[in-house]
Amino acid sequence: MALTEQEILAGLGKIINEITGIPAAEVTPEKNFVDDLDIDSLSMVEIAVAAQDEFGVEIPDDQLKHLKTVKDVINFIQA
Amino acid sequence: MSTNRVRVVVTGLGATTPLGGDVASTWSALLDGRSGIRPITEDWVDTVPVKFAGVAAVDPSEVLPRPEARRLDRAEQFALIAARQAWQDAGAPEVDGERLGVVVGSGIGGIGTILSAYDLYREKGWNRLSPFTVPMLMPNGSAGWISIELGAKAGAHATVSACATGAESIGYGIDMIRSGRADVVVAGGTEAAIHGLNVASFAAARAMSTRNDEPERASRPFDKGRDGFVLGEGAGIVVLESEEHARARGARIYAEAAGVGYSSDAYHITGIDPEGLGGRQAMLRAIKDAGIAPADVTHVNAHATSTPLGDEIEARAIKDAIGSHAIVTATKSMTGHLLGGAGGIESIFTILALHERIVPAIANLDDPADGIEVDLVRGEPRKLDGDRFAAINNSFGFGGHNVAVAFTSV
Repeated sequence: MALTEQEILAGLGKIINEITGIPAAEVTPEKNFVDDLDIDSLSMVEIAVAAQDEFGVEIPDDQLKHLKTVKDVINFIQA
Repeated sequence: MSTNRVRVVVTGLGATTPLGGDVASTWSALLDGRSGIRPITEDWVDTVPVKFAGVAAVDPSEVLPRPEARRLDRAEQFALIAARQAWQDAGAPEVDGERLGVVVGSGIGGIGTILSAYDLYREKGWNRLSPFTVPMLMPNGSAGWISIELGAKAGAHATVSACATGAESIGYGIDMIRSGRADVVVAGGTEAAIHGLNVASFAAARAMSTRNDEPERASRPFDKGRDGFVLGEGAGIVVLESEEHARARGARIYAEAAGVGYSSDAYHITGIDPEGLGGRQAMLRAIKDAGIAPADVTHVNAHATSTPLGDEIEARAIKDAIGSHAIVTATKSMTGHLLGGAGGIESIFTILALHERIVPAIANLDDPADGIEVDLVRGEPRKLDGDRFAAINNSFGFGGHNVAVAFTSV
C-alpha cells in the first residue's frame, strides 16, 4: 500500500534531522534542499541512502540531481 | 645551539582518555592512581584472548551532535573533541589562518569505519555506503577536519609512526613554527582501535596482557609480573605557539616545547633494539635540540607499555642518556596504551608535571624488575622541588620509530 504524503514527509523529516540536525518541523514540502535547507550534494547522497532503507525506493544518481525540493522527493517515492 | 632560534611554547591542552573526558579529570585520576581499564562487553570479546581495554571514559556521542558524529570515524571524533578543548584552553587565539597549522595523526586510522563499511558493502552493496566513508577511514582525516574547523591554512599534516605518532606530530609542529611556516600549530595524536580484529592482531603478535581476572592490574610497566600492553583509546592534542606570538597576546604558557629527537632502530619491525640504542639516541638528540644537558632533565614520562621486553630496555636507555637521577613515570599503567594517541596524552602529562611540579606514580608497580637504575615513582605522586625543570616524553613505535620530546618549565 502506497504511503501518504504525510507519512513520507514525517519519515523524511526524521532522516534529514538525523543527517543534518535541521529540526524535522522545518522540513516542509516547498523547501528547496540547497537554497532553503543548506544541504550539500554529499548530504543529499546520505539522505537518498537513508530514504532507500526507510521507504524501499532506490533513488539513482541521475534522478537524485533533479530532486530539488522536499516535494520532489515525496513525488518520486510515491511514483 | 643557535640562541636566536624561534622558541616554541605550549599554550593549550586537550584530551579525552580512558580516565576522563578532558584534561582536568584525566590528570586528577592519574594523581589519584585510578585505573581506566575495564572489562569489555562487545560481542567479539568471546573470540579473543583479551577481555578488557581502556575504553574512553566519556563516549564521543555524549559530546558531539549526531549529524556531526555520523560523518566522523571514532578516532576523528576523539581528535576533534580534544582539539576543541585545547583551542579553548589556549584562549581561542586570534591568528591569521595562513599562519595556523595542524599536525594530528593516528597510528591505524579509521579502522572501525573500514571494518563496518566492508560489512555494509558486502551485505548491501556499494551504494549504501556513506559518502563520507573515505574521509572517515583515512588517517589524515582528523587533521583535515581540525583545519576546516579552525581555518588553519599553513598546512594540515598527519604523521604516521605507530605508537610514536602523537609525539612525532608534536615534534613536527615544533619544527613548523621554528622553520617560520606557522605561528600557531594544533598538534597531537588520536586512536580508536578497540575492535576484535585489532585485539586479535596484537594478541597474535603476543603483545597484549591477558590478565583477564584483574583488568585494572593488567597494565604494570616495569613490574616483574607484567605480561603485555593494554589497549586504550582517545586523543591528546596541544596548542603550540611561538613564544613571541604567545607573549604578545598575554597567553598562559604551560611550558616550553624545547626540543625533539628522532631516531629509528633499523633493527626489527616490532621488537626493540636490545641495547636500547635507538631510544637513547632519540633522547640525546632531544636534549641537544633543546640546548640543555642530560643533568637538566628531571623527569621522564616513559613509553613503558608493560611488555616483558621493552620496559627494562627503555629504563637502561634513560639511564644511559640522562642518568639515574631521572624521575620516571609510566602513565600507561592507568590509561592503557592509546597507540597513536599515546604521545599526545603523555606529552600533556609531561607538560602538566612541569607546570604543576608533580609526577604521577606508576600504578601496579608491586615488584620492580631487577636491574632498573632510574628513579621509578612508586606509591604516591612525587613533588618536584626547585625552580627550573626539563622533562622528556618518550614514544616508540612498531617499525622502530623513536621520538623524544623535551619540555622545559617557564
